[in-house]
Amino acid sequence: MIINGVSIDDTFAEAFPMKGTRAIITAQNEKWAMISAQAMTGFATSVIACGCEAGIERVLDPSETPDGRPGVSIMIFAMGGKGLAKQLETRAGQCVLTSPTSALFAGIDEGKQIPLGKNLRYFGDGFQIAKKINGKRYWRVPVMDGEFLTEATTAQVESVGGGNFLVLAESQPQALAACEAAIEEMRKIPNVIMPFPGGVVRSGSKVGSKYPALGASTNDAFCPTLKGVTKTDLSPEIESVMEIVIDGLSKEDIDKAMRVGIQAVCDLGAENGIKRISAGNYGGKLGPFHFHLREIMA
Amino acid sequence: MSALTFNLKKRTDQRVDMSPLVCQKLEGMAPADIGSIELQCGKLKLRADELFSISGEATSHIIIAGSFSKLDFIGKELQEGSITVEGDVGAYLGQSMKSGRIHVSGNAGLYAGCEMKNGLLQVDGDAGDFVGAALPGNKQGMKGGTILVKGNAADRVGDHMRRGAILIEGNVGDYCGSRMVAGTIAVMGQSGRYLGYAMRRGTLLMWNKPALPATFSDCGSHTLAFLPMLFKSFAELNSKFADADVAFNRVQRFGGDLAETGKGEVLVRL
Repeated sequence: MIINGVSIDDTFAEAFPMKGTRAIITAQNEKWAMISAQAMTGFATSVIACGCEAGIERVLDPSETPDGRPGVSIMIFAMGGKGLAKQLETRAGQCVLTSPTSALFAGIDEGKQIPLGKNLRYFGDGFQIAKKINGKRYWRVPVMDGEFLTEATTAQVESVGGGNFLVLAESQPQALAACEAAIEEMRKIPNVIMPFPGGVVRSGSKVGSKYPALGASTNDAFCPTLKGVTKTDLSPEIESVMEIVIDGLSKEDIDKAMRVGIQAVCDLGAENGIKRISAGNYGGKLGPFHFHLREIMA
Repeated sequence: MSALTFNLKKRTDQRVDMSPLVCQKLEGMAPADIGSIELQCGKLKLRADELFSISGEATSHIIIAGSFSKLDFIGKELQEGSITVEGDVGAYLGQSMKSGRIHVSGNAGLYAGCEMKNGLLQVDGDAGDFVGAALPGNKQGMKGGTILVKGNAADRVGDHMRRGAILIEGNVGDYCGSRMVAGTIAVMGQSGRYLGYAMRRGTLLMWNKPALPATFSDCGSHTLAFLPMLFKSFAELNSKFADADVAFNRVQRFGGDLAETGKGEVLVRL
């Protein structure tokens, strides 16, 4: 399959079941909602070392938020429910409770309820106040700038993590430009996040390492500087490879995000140095979700 | 199916216990069986069809027409369904109701919505003492749901209230929110003496500055984020509280009752 001169590999991305949730952060203005959201989703690129994968889903209009203020919706994914609950609570406590003028609400109602502000309320040292509004419990926690308003719980749902595709280009600037174009389009798709910095990862990994202590190491088959010394997967003209990883609430959401992302890359086409689209997998033996590139782009 | 309608034939001298005529108890009953239900009236027992002419079949919606102030316990422990009352009602309206809706076009007596757990209770006229309160000797009053009084309410509104919202469009008497454990009472009109007497937690939301006991302390003026959400939750009500123009988020906050734990608050519109 070739789209606008870009070859689509006959391969698939392999993804895993994860537990996911969404939270809505609001503040006096969009600037401070975004600051809080960025803090909460910081250091959350990969479950390998961060404990979770998190990202900003989108900016919310005041008409879309529970308290009618500007907001940002964020999503967090983890391998298990316990880990997700811990990450959510820790991050909410350190990054949203602390952020000026912020308030925190559930972004998903249906599903297993996990604590959002339920335990953060104890920061109020007994001065916290519960309010049940329209069947939902909220906590008003007195803080130095006024009150921190938070919903008690949010819902945890079955999700999918690790959808991905690789952009193979003739140069590093061209690979990055293509990924930026893809991310811009993919951010318009609901229910997904791209957890790596700016949505793009340049250090894709393979399972295992020559060092026994490491479970993963650089994906040498896609490292352009190793073309001559390893069993490479790159043709001579490829000088840079970048990856986009996607976590989402469902396989269909990731399908959609991959489709618009790959299309955006292909729109730049061979004339802008984009040569191939590939994907990362483990032979299909580890993850139950397979995203076949050619099926997605058919 | 048309609503099951109880049209009062005659006013009794004694008070009538209306608690058997509640939606979930009448479900599936034949009209003749409903007519044969005995209602306590003073020391007598009256058949329902002696007191009311009965028409309609839909037990999920009951209409009590020609009601007057001696019909007690209307909607007691109501679960699902709705009750519409044309006229006044006696005491214990909607006592311990679990869900559903009760609408009274006239006035209500003592203990309206006492110990109610959920649902909506609306009184278009005035309400007597102890709206949403605990029964004598009990420690917890209303535990959930919404009571809306479009007229005035008398003394001890929300006495021992535990959760839920009591909305009064008119004035309230003395001891509003007394011994309150938690919940929200909103009053658009004036309030009497001893507001929030011995309240432990909870919110009294006042449109007009009340005369507060000395055991409430001024915590200053604030913009509170939860208030717009609270007002938004009233949007579906047939009430002044649903009007977006009456909403506010800027208040003077008074903490108290400091003679108790002092975790309650009186919020006065600024």
